[in-house]
Amino acid sequence: MSTNNDWEAVIGLEVHVQLATKAKIFSGASTQYGAEPNRQACAVDLGFPGVLPVLNREVVTMAIRLGLGINAQIAPRSIFARKNYFYPDLPKGYQITQFELPIVQQGHLPIVMDDGRELSIGITRAHLEEDAGKSLHEAFHQMTGIDLNRAGVPLLEIVSEPELRSSAEAVAYLKTLHALVCYLEICDGNLQEGSFRCDANVSVRKKGDPKLGTRTETKNVNSFRFVERAIDYEIARQIQVLESGGKIIQETRLYDAEKNETRSMRSKENANDYRYFPDPDLLPLEVSPEWIAEVAKDLPELPWQKRQRFEKEYALSAYDANVLSSQKTLGHYFEETVKASQASAKLCANWVMGDLLAALNKNNLALDNSPISAKSLGELLTQIANETISGKIAKTVFELMWTSKTSAKEIIDREGLVQNNDTGALEKIIDSILSDNPKQLAEYREGKDRLFGYFVGEVMKQTRGKANPNQVNTILKEKLSAE
Amino acid sequence: MSSIDVKNIAYLARIAMPPQELADTEQKLQQIFALIDHLQAQDTRNIEPMAHPLALAQRSLPDVVTESDQRDKFQALAPATELGCYLVPIVIE
Repeated sequence: MSTNNDWEAVIGLEVHVQLATKAKIFSGASTQYGAEPNRQACAVDLGFPGVLPVLNREVVTMAIRLGLGINAQIAPRSIFARKNYFYPDLPKGYQITQFELPIVQQGHLPIVMDDGRELSIGITRAHLEEDAGKSLHEAFHQMTGIDLNRAGVPLLEIVSEPELRSSAEAVAYLKTLHALVCYLEICDGNLQEGSFRCDANVSVRKKGDPKLGTRTETKNVNSFRFVERAIDYEIARQIQVLESGGKIIQETRLYDAEKNETRSMRSKENANDYRYFPDPDLLPLEVSPEWIAEVAKDLPELPWQKRQRFEKEYALSAYDANVLSSQKTLGHYFEETVKASQASAKLCANWVMGDLLAALNKNNLALDNSPISAKSLGELLTQIANETISGKIAKTVFELMWTSKTSAKEIIDREGLVQNNDTGALEKIIDSILSDNPKQLAEYREGKDRLFGYFVGEVMKQTRGKANPNQVNTILKEKLSAE
Repeated sequence: MSSIDVKNIAYLARIAMPPQELADTEQKLQQIFALIDHLQAQDTRNIEPMAHPLALAQRSLPDVVTESDQRDKFQALAPATELGCYLVPIVIE
């Protein structure tokens, strides 16, 4: 009997990135999300007779940015092709895409795993194409409604090599790619609105077997958590099928998040023959070295470059640097906090990743809408660094800042929260606590160490949390050890 | 090429093909395939593939929204619409 450890998963991902242009890839219709059905579908998008597609230049620029970001080859000449199939949300009867000669070829995406392992995942290709419309099955009685606002929205399909070996690696790849397209400002990265969609190709094989197993394709999984679950489910399912003597059928499967399972959508045995051929309406796309150089000039710092810089410049751990560089805005917020504060970068990182992100999460807010600016947080952390308040009191101040939008300093003054650094006064308080609690004192001296915390608690109670924790510890230790 | 292939091609192309037309279509397709064989027999190793008959490159436009909403005009031509959507016979895969 073999175990799961005898098997190896082989995963390749296809990601559809919606490019953040104002107009569509081949027409002047708007791409804005959320419009009423068909208000943003023009004659070109509807496939009316006599219309011709004209390429949006920005779409090509964005593909070049991606290509440069993953250190890929950018084809000096690429071809648009027609992929023919029948579906009512595809009014022309074909999708314009790139088939044999895609614009971006052979790149690499560096990823970091939680355990610190660094991998470089090959990207086979990235090609430009138009999105299809949307079929709505629910609102109409025995009919399907077609909304063509999305028809012609520009997509960049990014195809990885089958080099990922676990769902965790797949998620790390997706998160890094997501960060990259957001850094490059070629995609708004909105998963809920479908701006970043993933299809996962999964197969399994016995470890050491050079031959690939039959793969299945799980379609359109739109959250990182679901990708992880869908892949795990599919790996377990395939191993089970093979171990019980069955065969994997090459097919397209759909992930059902509610039931946490994938199920067969259509078999590839009777696969569509897409009859690809060069689109006669579109001429070959030529990208000059000058165009590439111009795009390269304003390429921003990339997520992994920022991660390395954070580790070096701020002496952060690989984990902290990875979290803080995962979103462009988060990295920026962190750096602004450090700039505005006299506290250490590590303390700033802890607060940004801990209290700030937790509060944003709890209130379902994006970082851009944080009631506490980086500058205000920096000022609060300065108050900890110069021992005006303790870390514990800072949490109370943070909460008050969150709701009142008042500065840390004002709150500390108003609420009288300044930390008591007067050693003499503190000694008096500690003396009286020790004499009021002879039983606990005796027990502590007999070896009940954990009562130390009890005494600290009493001091904090009497000083309403304003005692300097370091001073409390030092003085308490002294007094408790002296007979 | 057998008649089964013709049936399959007709299915993929979503063309209704009455059984009595199968033989005739098959024969026509055989002629087309003979022509393809003839073309493929040519040595094209030193000839650059032609993606387009014009020796020109694709022009592009700036990223500007130029189209206005003309939904009412487009939908006036549609057999059925509801809630702003075009209606088609139910399709669920």
